[in-house]
Amino acid sequence: MALAFDEYGRPFIILKEQDQKTRLRGIEAQKANISAGKAVARILRTSLGPKGMDKILQSPDGDVTITNDGATILEQMDVDNQIAKLMVELSRSQDYEIGDGTTGVVVMAGALLEQAERLLERGIHPIRVAEGYEMASRIAVEHLEHISKKFDFEATNIEPLVQTCMTTLSSKIVNRCKRHLAEISVKAVLSVADLDRKDVNLDMIKVEGKVGGKLEDTELIYGITVDKDMSHPQMPKQIEDAKIAILTCPFEPPKPKTKHKVDIDTVEKFQTLRLQEQKYFDDMVQKCKDVGATLVICQWGFDDEANHLLMHRNLPAVRWVGGVELELIAIATGGRIVPRFQELTPEKLGRAGLVREKSFGTTKDKMLYIEHCANSRAVTIFIRGGNKMMIEETKRSIHDALCVARNLIRNNSIVYGGGSAEISCSIAVEAAADKYPGVEQYAIRAFADALDSVPMALAENSGLQPIETLSAVKSQQIKENNPHYGIDCNDVGTNDMRQQDVFETLIGKQQQILLATQVVKMILKIDDVISPSDY
Amino acid sequence: MAIEKIFKDDATEEKGERARMASFVGAIAITDLVKTTLGPKGMDKILQSTGRGHGVTVTNDGATILKSLHIDNPAAKVLIDISKVQDDEVGDGTTSVVVLAGELLREAEKLVAAKIHPMTIISGYRMAAECARSALLQRVVDNKEDAEKFKSDLMKIAMTTLSSKILSQDKEHFAQLAVDAVMRLKGSTNLEAIQIIKKPGGSLKDSFLDEGFILDKKIGLGQPKRIENAKILVANTAMDTDKVKIYGARVRVDSMSKVAEIEGAEKEKMREKVQKIIAHGINCFVNRQLIYNFPEELFADAGILAIEHADFDGIERLALVTGGDIASTFDNPESVKLGHCKVIEEIMIGEDKLIHFSGVEMGQACTIVLRGASHHMLDEAERSLHDALCVLSQTVNDTRVLLGGGWPEMIMSKEVDELARKTPGKKSHAIEAFSRALVAIPTIIADNAGLDSADLVAQLRAAHHKEGCNAGIDVISGSVGDMAELGISESFKVKQAVLLSATEAAEMILRVDEIITCAPRQREDRM
Repeated sequence: MALAFDEYGRPFIILKEQDQKTRLRGIEAQKANISAGKAVARILRTSLGPKGMDKILQSPDGDVTITNDGATILEQMDVDNQIAKLMVELSRSQDYEIGDGTTGVVVMAGALLEQAERLLERGIHPIRVAEGYEMASRIAVEHLEHISKKFDFEATNIEPLVQTCMTTLSSKIVNRCKRHLAEISVKAVLSVADLDRKDVNLDMIKVEGKVGGKLEDTELIYGITVDKDMSHPQMPKQIEDAKIAILTCPFEPPKPKTKHKVDIDTVEKFQTLRLQEQKYFDDMVQKCKDVGATLVICQWGFDDEANHLLMHRNLPAVRWVGGVELELIAIATGGRIVPRFQELTPEKLGRAGLVREKSFGTTKDKMLYIEHCANSRAVTIFIRGGNKMMIEETKRSIHDALCVARNLIRNNSIVYGGGSAEISCSIAVEAAADKYPGVEQYAIRAFADALDSVPMALAENSGLQPIETLSAVKSQQIKENNPHYGIDCNDVGTNDMRQQDVFETLIGKQQQILLATQVVKMILKIDDVISPSDY
Repeated sequence: MAIEKIFKDDATEEKGERARMASFVGAIAITDLVKTTLGPKGMDKILQSTGRGHGVTVTNDGATILKSLHIDNPAAKVLIDISKVQDDEVGDGTTSVVVLAGELLREAEKLVAAKIHPMTIISGYRMAAECARSALLQRVVDNKEDAEKFKSDLMKIAMTTLSSKILSQDKEHFAQLAVDAVMRLKGSTNLEAIQIIKKPGGSLKDSFLDEGFILDKKIGLGQPKRIENAKILVANTAMDTDKVKIYGARVRVDSMSKVAEIEGAEKEKMREKVQKIIAHGINCFVNRQLIYNFPEELFADAGILAIEHADFDGIERLALVTGGDIASTFDNPESVKLGHCKVIEEIMIGEDKLIHFSGVEMGQACTIVLRGASHHMLDEAERSLHDALCVLSQTVNDTRVLLGGGWPEMIMSKEVDELARKTPGKKSHAIEAFSRALVAIPTIIADNAGLDSADLVAQLRAAHHKEGCNAGIDVISGSVGDMAELGISESFKVKQAVLLSATEAAEMILRVDEIITCAPRQREDRM
């Protein structure tokens, strides 16, 4: 701990409880930060690409998660180091913005840090490195724009979209039936998309899972599923052209909030009270019936008597439906949520073409499907799979695929995958480096080297010779001036990513490079770490 | 410079080889645990719970064993999960699926040691699984058209399933029970309609199938013990004190006489309710809630059989089988559907009196009464029977059938070996390994029966070299026998589920190259 002394040799106390803190300064601090960032990147490096490996994560409560989604791995890791937390944030913001490429962005940042370390050792000032990276990233982003392709799709021709989603899914464990899942994701996104405004509201897509069955049984439902069954076992299991009353008041006698007592002291009072009570139930059910509802969905429970009356009047009902689901149902069916029986009117009812109950497996699990809704924009993806971990992983994979499809609708530019975009950028950045005078030139070259690390990791994970493969592909790109050559991860036999139909969204790639550069700049600018020491 | 510590204090990280080793070891340990229960001569396990009373379970059902284990190893948890799902989906083969997944991992471990990348192994396993599945598909027998033959198929499947359980002594008897019960369902997989009642006493052989519905309740005193052409009202209503449900109501009186008046009014209310119920023209009334003495007496006076406190499942099932509604209000008797049955009577099983509804409207329902020496015995018998029922009901829907006794594994292994020979590249090692894992199952069956597995499996392999051979392991005589003659069959659906889920689980574990364990959450001491 460096201390400042005054002329009499007494130390100045600058920090509170200075002797209890550890402090790293200058090059030491930068190196420590870089090595922490690299350590995080190293964990994710093996998860990159179609042949990437999975991680088992065991939570503090002993639950097991198996995944290869970068954001999820980092989220579940119990990270203590500040810089490592930055990397976690980095991957999370990629997840929020783009939804895919969460692993790639961390690997990229790790590579940039590694290159920066070497430059620092040569005595180049960190700020110059950061500025060089900034310039290089601008060149790379522009170059990406340059090599990107617009590609057309319409609501009738979804094939290109499906192909892109398949690229995303191929790195996950679900790649066994990626075609099926990709089609589901694309259809789901298209049905909620507003193609004129180029906007997609992913909240309208609900992803539900239930253990059992095969992955192939996963289906897209144009409507909503609710994990509930009819309140009375003998109510009809299927309702066509349902008019739905969505209630947030219980089928029970009212409970006024003011304190009161009803004293019974005569037989007459006892009997009037009884009649009153019966009338309550009767009125409630009658009101629902009067407005023409054919299905009642209620947030609260029913009394036994009310339940039977509903059954009796042939009015199916569902009880204890959660608030979120209630809202979704209201949106989907175009109904209004009604808080009091008095306020029920025919206009407030939601409409759905078909409501049915479906049961699963040998256990008696039942779910309610609400389909063909008035506002058909809300859809549900219903996942089946061998075990709980599989379903969770499928959910994450579908989320990624949905995000990719959404990004394409927002901006239909693509770049080719398999590391080809990175290699092409690396060539462009390398070429541009020579034009810059000054120390930044080194940083820009280092950036080009860092870009190479993504295809390198891809090749490594696919069991190819990384250096050999990369240099072969690079020379091929330069020789034929064709930015579509990438790493042949699946051993198809061609390096041309156009033929392999492997592509990614342009904004996803751009965002990766920009975010990674930003975080690295931030880390490089830190030259002092003050932290409380453990003891 | 030392690498900074990234994780929190107690969090651990296992990488690469070590991670893989940890998951292999965990998975193989689980496999070895359940391995000895496989096959007709498999052994049972005693499970003692850590809960109050240290309850003991004796079982050889894989799913039950694994469910009761407390496991810390993440890979082992994956295996337990697949066995659970197998139980939910098809009901049987819970041990086989774990054993196959374990054997696949054991083979994979050797390949990894020989420097083959896990991804190569996975793609090899996938090809092999697909090939094995199509090999099975070619050899399935489908007797859907021929009802007589199909029934004998079901019988064989039930016997094969039961032969590895505690019921093996009386497997013919129980197979007959299970087949009869499932045939009554007429294709639906709703096992709810089959009720299993366990009554200690007697021997397993005394178990029987009853074509009606049995409710584990007593008939009220002074009420008729036998009713013919019963009209049943199934209800869920309060028959004790019918409370006023309006919030805040309470009784406040100033003299004793008033208390008596109100009591009278309450009684009157109950009497009215009972009158309304009787007005439905019924002669049997079943309620989910308690029936107090007073209304019970009224029912007895009217000559109506009143049964109180049937549990929720019982009520629903009763409504289902008799075809009546569950009612809670009784103001419009004309619109309430009553349940019907031919005869209601009280019967004795062992020491206990039960109520028996026979000749019910819905012919699908039936009740199996299990008798046996002890509770443990009965519990295990129920589990075994449940397995058999599940398999049968699934087979009724998917009528394809295979032979048993290691026959399907040998068929698959032969085809997969063939594929390995044709496949170029490193994958062929993985495919070969898959075939070895398949052969491990008949080997374990033979080992568990105390036979010379090496000799038997070699003989089996030789026999399978010929086309269209039906050879499998005959555990009883300890030799290779013709499975078709011995009548050992298995359902295709179960075998397929075993094959696919085991491959999936093995794949999942193989893909892992790192295990990150968070620090366990600190439990606060409540002391």
